[in-house]
Amino acid sequence: MLQAVNEALHLEMARDNRVVVLGQDVARNGGVFRATEGLFEKFGEDRVVDTPLSEGVIVGAAVGLAMSGLVPVAEIQFLGFSYQAMHQVAGQVARLRYRSQGRFEPAITIRSPFGGGVRTPELHSDSLEGQLANIPGLKVVMPATASDAKGLLSASIRDPDPVLFLEPLRGYRGIKGDVPDNEHLVPLGEARMARQGDDLVVIAWSYLVEVACRVSDALADEGLSVAVLDLRCLVPLDLAAIAAAVDHCGRVVVVEEASQTGGFAGEVVATIVEECFWSLEAPVVRVSGLDVPYPVGMVEDVFVPDEARITAAVRRTLETA
Amino acid sequence: MAQPSDDQLQAILGDMVGARVQAQRLWNLQRQGQVGTLAPIDGHEAAIAATAHALNPEQDWILPQYREPLALQRFGSEVLYRYLLYNIGHPAGSHLPPTVRVAPLQISLATQIPHAVGLAWGMTLQNQPGVVTVFFGDGSSSEGDFYEAGNLAGLLGVPVIFLCINNQWAISTPLHLQTAAETIAAKAAAFGMPGLTVDGNDAAAVYDAVDEARSRALAGQGPTLIEAVLYRLGAHTTADDPTRYVPAEELEAARRNDPIDRLRAHLVEQDLWDEETHADIEAEALARFDEAFDEARATPIAPDAVVDHCTTVDSQRLARQRSLLLGPEEAES
Repeated sequence: MLQAVNEALHLEMARDNRVVVLGQDVARNGGVFRATEGLFEKFGEDRVVDTPLSEGVIVGAAVGLAMSGLVPVAEIQFLGFSYQAMHQVAGQVARLRYRSQGRFEPAITIRSPFGGGVRTPELHSDSLEGQLANIPGLKVVMPATASDAKGLLSASIRDPDPVLFLEPLRGYRGIKGDVPDNEHLVPLGEARMARQGDDLVVIAWSYLVEVACRVSDALADEGLSVAVLDLRCLVPLDLAAIAAAVDHCGRVVVVEEASQTGGFAGEVVATIVEECFWSLEAPVVRVSGLDVPYPVGMVEDVFVPDEARITAAVRRTLETA
Repeated sequence: MAQPSDDQLQAILGDMVGARVQAQRLWNLQRQGQVGTLAPIDGHEAAIAATAHALNPEQDWILPQYREPLALQRFGSEVLYRYLLYNIGHPAGSHLPPTVRVAPLQISLATQIPHAVGLAWGMTLQNQPGVVTVFFGDGSSSEGDFYEAGNLAGLLGVPVIFLCINNQWAISTPLHLQTAAETIAAKAAAFGMPGLTVDGNDAAAVYDAVDEARSRALAGQGPTLIEAVLYRLGAHTTADDPTRYVPAEELEAARRNDPIDRLRAHLVEQDLWDEETHADIEAEALARFDEAFDEARATPIAPDAVVDHCTTVDSQRLARQRSLLLGPEEAES
C-alpha cells in the first residue's frame, strides 16, 4: 500500500505542477515511512518541502498556498499529532470555501497515517475519523487496498474540496495487492463490496476491511455467507451502497478501530435505521475500540477489534432470531 | 526611508476620518439592533489606513483580523458594502470579488497568520510580485499560530509583513498580563527577522515602516514584524463595557493622542487641511455608508443560501437537506 501511495504522489506531481508536498521529513528523508520517497529528487526543493516541527503551520500554510492557487498535499506524520493542528483543520481548511463564499478553492489534501497494531509510542495510533467526519466541508477518505490507496489518493489530490486522506499504519506493509501501473482514479463517495455474501454484512473501512475479509473467508468454510462492505469514504458517504447491502442481508455488524462513543460506526448505524430499518432481521451490532485513550503496546491488542471479536459479533448476530 | 507625500497624507487622513464617522454610524445601528456584534475601529485608524496606503492594491494582499475593514477601502470600494453585509449577517458578506486583495475577516485570533505565510510562499513559487500584510493584535501575539508562522516565514524568507496592532488591550487583559517581553517586536529575533516598534498614532511613521518592510520583501529579503503601538479608544466590541477595566485617566491621556487629531493638526499647520475639507469628507463617507447599507439590506438571500459553498458538489446528505429548505416544488425542478 505504501508503494501505491508513493506512485500516486509521483503521478499527480508530474501531471499538475501546481501540486506541492509539505510536511516533516517529507523531502530529504522521503517521509518516515518512505511514502514521499523520490519526490524531492524528482521535483525539487520548491515543490517538496521539509517544514519545521509545526503541525499548525503545516496545515495553516497549506490554506495560504491554496489561496494562491496551488494544490498543497500536506503530511501530518501521525494522525494523533493533528490535535496540534485541529484549529486549522476544523476552523480554517474546512471552512475556507464557505467563509469566502466560493472565492477561495481549498484544493488541499492532508495525508496522515493512523491506527494501531504496530506497537507505536503514545498518540501515534489514534483513529480520529469520527471527529473529522463531524466537520462540515471536509472529505474523509480511508482506503483499504493498495489499488484504492492509489486511485483514491489521485482523486483526492484532484478534488477541489479539502480531503483528509487517512492511511492505515498496519496497511503500509501489511496490505498487498495489484495496483494499476498508470493513471488510476477511484471516485470519492463510492463504497465497494469487498466480499459478496447473503447472510450478514460487515461494514468496515481502512485496515479493518482486511480483517473483516479474513473473518468472512474463515466463516465461508462453515457455510456462512458473510458480505464485507468497504466504505472507502466516510464523507461523502455512499448511502445507497449501505442500504443495498442491508436490504440484501438483513443482518449487520459495523466495525471501527476508534473508541465507540460518538464514533463513526454510530453514524453508520443511524444511517441504516433511517434508510432501511424494515430490512433488519436482527439488532445492528458495533465492534469498536474501547472507550479509553489508545493504549500502550502490551495491551493494544485488547483495544483494536480483531478477528475473534468480529467473528463473535457475527455469530451472535446470525444467531439472533 | 520614504515619507508619504502631502497628497498621500491627505488621502490617509481622509480614509481615517471616513472610517471614524462610519464606525460611529455602525455603532449606532448596532444599538438600534440593525447590525450584529462588531469591533469598532476607534484609535486604530492611522495604523490601518497608513498601512493600506503603503501597499499596492494591484499586487499586495491584506489578511485582516476583524477590526480593520473601514480603513481598508483603498483596496476596493466593495470592501464597505461587503463589511456591511457581514455585519447584518448576510452570507455574501465574506465574499470579496477576485480583484479585491483582501481576505475575509478572521474571528479566530491569529489563525490568519499561517495563511499569510502560505499565500506569500505560493505567490513566490508562482513568480507573482507582491507582499502579504497580515494584521493581528497584541493578544494574538500569545497564540501558537503567531510563533509557528513567524518561525516558518523566517525560514522561507517569504514576503510577509506581520503587522501587530498593539492597542494595549485584549478585551480586558492589559499588555503586561499578555507578555513579559519588553516589546512584541522583540519576538522577531526568535524568527530571524527584523522587528520594529512604531508609534501607531503617527500615520507617517507607520507608512514609512510598512514602505520599508515592503521594499525589503520585494527585494527578496524576507519578512518583517512591525508593532504599531497605539491605544484602543473604544470598546473591544459592541458587547463590551470597557469602563469596568480601562482606567479613566489612562483613556483620557490616550484621547489626547488621538491619531486623527494629530495628523489633522499637522496638515492644518501645513495649510493642507481645513474644517471645510474635514466636513466634506465626513459627509461623503456617511453618504457612501448609507448607500452601501441600503444596498446591503436590499441584497436577497436564496432560501437555500445557507448550504451554498460548503463543498463544490452537495453530498447526498446535503442535497437532501437543501431540498428540505427549498420545499417540494423547487426540489423537483
